[in-house]
Amino acid sequence: MGVEGIGASVVRKEDKRFITGKGRYVDDIKLTGMTYAHFIRSPHAHAKVKGIDSSAALQMPGVVAVLTGRQIVDDKVGNLICGWAITSKDGSPMKMGAWPAMAPETVRFVGQAVAVVIAESKNLARDAAEAVVVDYEELPAVADVTAAVKAGAPQLHPEAPGNQVYDWVIGDEGAVDAAFSKAANVVKLDLTNNRLAPNAMEPRAAIADYDAAEEHFTLYTTSQNPHVARLVLSAFYNIAPEHKLRVIAPDVGGGFGSKIFIYPEEMVALWASKKVGRPVKWTGDRTEAFLTDAHGRDHVTHAEMAFDANNKILGLRVKTYANFGAYMSLFSSSVPTYLYATLLSGQYDIPAIHAEVIGVYTNTTPVDAYRGAGRPEASYLIERMMETAARQLKVDPAALRRQNFITQFPHQTPVIMAYDTGDFNASLDAAMKAIDYAGFADRKAKAKADGKLRGIGVSCYIEACGIAPSKAVGSLGAGVGLWESAEVRVNPVGTIEILTGSHSHGQGHETTFCQLVADRLGVPISQVSIVHGDTDKVQFGMGTYGSRSAAVGLTAILKAMEKVESKARKIAAHALEASEADIVIENGEFKVTGTDKAIAFPMVALAAYTAHNLPDGMEPGLKETAFYDPTNFTFPAGTYICELEVDAGTGKTSFVNFVAADDFGRLINPMIVEGQVHGGLAQGIGQALLEHAIYDANGQPVTASFMDYSMPRADDLPSFKLSHTTTLCPGNPLGIKGCGEAGAIGASAAVINAITDAIGKNNLEMPATPDRVWRTIHAA
Amino acid sequence: MYQTIYHRASSVDEAASLFAKGSEAKFLAGGQTLLPVMKQRLAAPSDVIDLGKIKELIGIEASGDTLTIKAATPHYDVATSDTAKKAIPALAYLASLIGDPAVRYRGTIGGSLANNDPAADYPAATLALGATIKTNKRTIAADDYFKGLFSTALEDGEIITQVSFPVPAKAGYAKFPHPASRFALTGVFVAQTKSGEIRVAATGASQSGVMRVPAIEAALKANWSPSAIDSVSISASGLLSDIHGSSDYRANLVKVMAQRAVAAAA
Repeated sequence: MGVEGIGASVVRKEDKRFITGKGRYVDDIKLTGMTYAHFIRSPHAHAKVKGIDSSAALQMPGVVAVLTGRQIVDDKVGNLICGWAITSKDGSPMKMGAWPAMAPETVRFVGQAVAVVIAESKNLARDAAEAVVVDYEELPAVADVTAAVKAGAPQLHPEAPGNQVYDWVIGDEGAVDAAFSKAANVVKLDLTNNRLAPNAMEPRAAIADYDAAEEHFTLYTTSQNPHVARLVLSAFYNIAPEHKLRVIAPDVGGGFGSKIFIYPEEMVALWASKKVGRPVKWTGDRTEAFLTDAHGRDHVTHAEMAFDANNKILGLRVKTYANFGAYMSLFSSSVPTYLYATLLSGQYDIPAIHAEVIGVYTNTTPVDAYRGAGRPEASYLIERMMETAARQLKVDPAALRRQNFITQFPHQTPVIMAYDTGDFNASLDAAMKAIDYAGFADRKAKAKADGKLRGIGVSCYIEACGIAPSKAVGSLGAGVGLWESAEVRVNPVGTIEILTGSHSHGQGHETTFCQLVADRLGVPISQVSIVHGDTDKVQFGMGTYGSRSAAVGLTAILKAMEKVESKARKIAAHALEASEADIVIENGEFKVTGTDKAIAFPMVALAAYTAHNLPDGMEPGLKETAFYDPTNFTFPAGTYICELEVDAGTGKTSFVNFVAADDFGRLINPMIVEGQVHGGLAQGIGQALLEHAIYDANGQPVTASFMDYSMPRADDLPSFKLSHTTTLCPGNPLGIKGCGEAGAIGASAAVINAITDAIGKNNLEMPATPDRVWRTIHAA
Repeated sequence: MYQTIYHRASSVDEAASLFAKGSEAKFLAGGQTLLPVMKQRLAAPSDVIDLGKIKELIGIEASGDTLTIKAATPHYDVATSDTAKKAIPALAYLASLIGDPAVRYRGTIGGSLANNDPAADYPAATLALGATIKTNKRTIAADDYFKGLFSTALEDGEIITQVSFPVPAKAGYAKFPHPASRFALTGVFVAQTKSGEIRVAATGASQSGVMRVPAIEAALKANWSPSAIDSVSISASGLLSDIHGSSDYRANLVKVMAQRAVAAAA
């Protein structure tokens, strides 16, 4: 692997600028003549906009313009789209209401923009916004998913009667009914998967700059996928043709999915920049982030699992209501369907599965992909179910899992996915050993003697990453292909630039992607740089989400590297007067095997560019491109086990131990992987114990600041013990599965299973706040 | 934030006279409440008068049976002060639990008491220890000082200069932090004075702010031990209820935190 190659825990190249305050984020960028936008947002969850009086605001100092939803609609800026078409069980397409970038007539969630003030400074824009008078006529609102589907509930969109976007099914209902009819035992479970606010450290921001002479826009934005943003802004929102729109996503401070989507604020900034003839900057504040960044999760589910007399699973039946909020965000429709129900087999051999998912509008912030996106919901459901079943069947929960594990690969589940490889026993064994599972009963008894409630909880998760084979997702309704592109540019002196469609917003690509090059050529990573996040520099690419950057993005780089190496090998062979087949690459040199003849890589590069002595017919230069489309999803899997104590007096949970045994396939940089797992576990534990985006019955958010929304802090978390069991992914040449979301997917069930074990009661919803746990302990 | 005029006062008298001149002036101590509120445009003071750099307002002294903390002393100083730890360890411990390190470096005892947030920590100690609040105009007994949510006996423009705590025979504090804000979801301070009086104050629990808890005081008067509180019943009536803690949960916390405070008392 070499000191900087694949498998080396190389210190992150990008951290010098981040930890010394030299990162360059959207808000750090200042353009000449720049104006500032402040949005006027609805304080009501549901209301008619009767009128907007901006006359007083327009008289205030420094105000450039006040623009409204009516104007943006009149200017034919397109409505926001949802990019994945889902078909209901009756064959009808999903039913969606229009989502204009600013509301001309009706607001449907607190925080929806109705107008924007453009002014000479941020503060002047804010001052003027207070002078804009919006006349609202309040309408009844509904925030809760189960309330929204009831007869007589307030209706959000005339296009979606009953607030129902779709009623989608997957699996063989007849086979499931047959399985249940012969079941010896049926286990039932009702669960809520709590709504979360993503809370990336950097709030969203945008700067739009219209060049009238060139009829060209530049957009600086906090995006995980700038090319997709450009595509959507061009093709659907009528901003400008793609070649007249440059999208730059510079340093971005975290995304977790929330920065995949194209939001109204970017659209308005672009449109406003042309209208006022000056650059327009908008930087969201934390309140706006809580109100307008797409939320995650929010499911209500009933599930039943059938077992035979030997505790072998026969079938699984699931019905889920998914809250989409007030509008269908870019990929929202796919999250509770193809990213959720396709993982309901978990790590288990389940012969029959049927799931029904009802997508529902409510007067809340739109919901879309958030770290894990559908897979945490599936994993939580299946792992709570296995624990519940073990308790009901009075068997050891680890043993019940082991008995039902899939052990033969490839394995076709009844819900589309074909697992390529894995070793679920290995990760369960590793985790059980790490936490001394066998010794738990003694520890629990000792804790009891000390007046403590101790519990242990297992979670065996599997997820689908490396998103995704384009043909497969296309057949399921995706509006885009999910391949990735790369370009490897070797400079004449042998330094290398990797241009990638992946986008790094915390993942460490500037280090890990260089490690591949170091591994293949034996050059130091200091000679390699990563270029990303600019549609003018990088060819079309799909961006970073779904733990795809290594499995898909890095594989695209590998494919381009192979082309570069092939050409370089020919040049070296020609220069060394050797056969191409005899050339080997070692420590930055191209050598003739078995001889001391060698040419350093920079000299090969120089030869390519001087072109004085190239093989006949060879083009000068050393630069190659590749597009890589994966053949399958990848399937990271593992076991998390949590041991904790509950304080019966207060309901407070304290961790004793938390172990993770993950199978991510090949690791590029184990240190970065460790960081990814830590972050994911923090978010999974955050969901289990702390985080909850709450609305009151009228759709008013009650957790729109960190004073009310509990973000996990370091002292809320245990020290994690991580380990890896590895089966290489056969689907890509590097054997990579992906590690970005696993922690968030697997952790919450382990925590809740441990708490319910400790308190001896199975029914407990997330977040397991001390009040809720205390109430559950003391409930009759 | 709306525009305002910032003044850095160098003495209490200067601060008072600046206040008198401002149309809607506000005193700034550590700024842990005022500044966030101003940033959210929920407060628009014409003048902000910073008390935090007034030398005569900073310091911790013990003399006889009294520990005196000057009003602009930050929580960090109290938490780490040998003088405070020796005189009233429970008070130094309480200071160490306030907010996070950034808050403790900036927040002050005077600011906390003047603001009287119903979930702040210092009011519990002040009331339970029977402290005396000295201002630039008078002295006020703790029993007369707290007047409900964010409301105190302070008059407009009155500046707290120091707080004097009688050193108790025993005192303890137990806090259950609010999971998001780290204020007290409920915190209970128990004290046994040198004359044998039992005083117990709870913060974070009541709709009326910091409160004495007579039922627990009576139980502890009879028997100073955690188990003495077992049979006490705290009514949920009049207690706060929100997404992080219902009123009956807070009633439970008053009792449990009181027991733990007694167990920890020194």
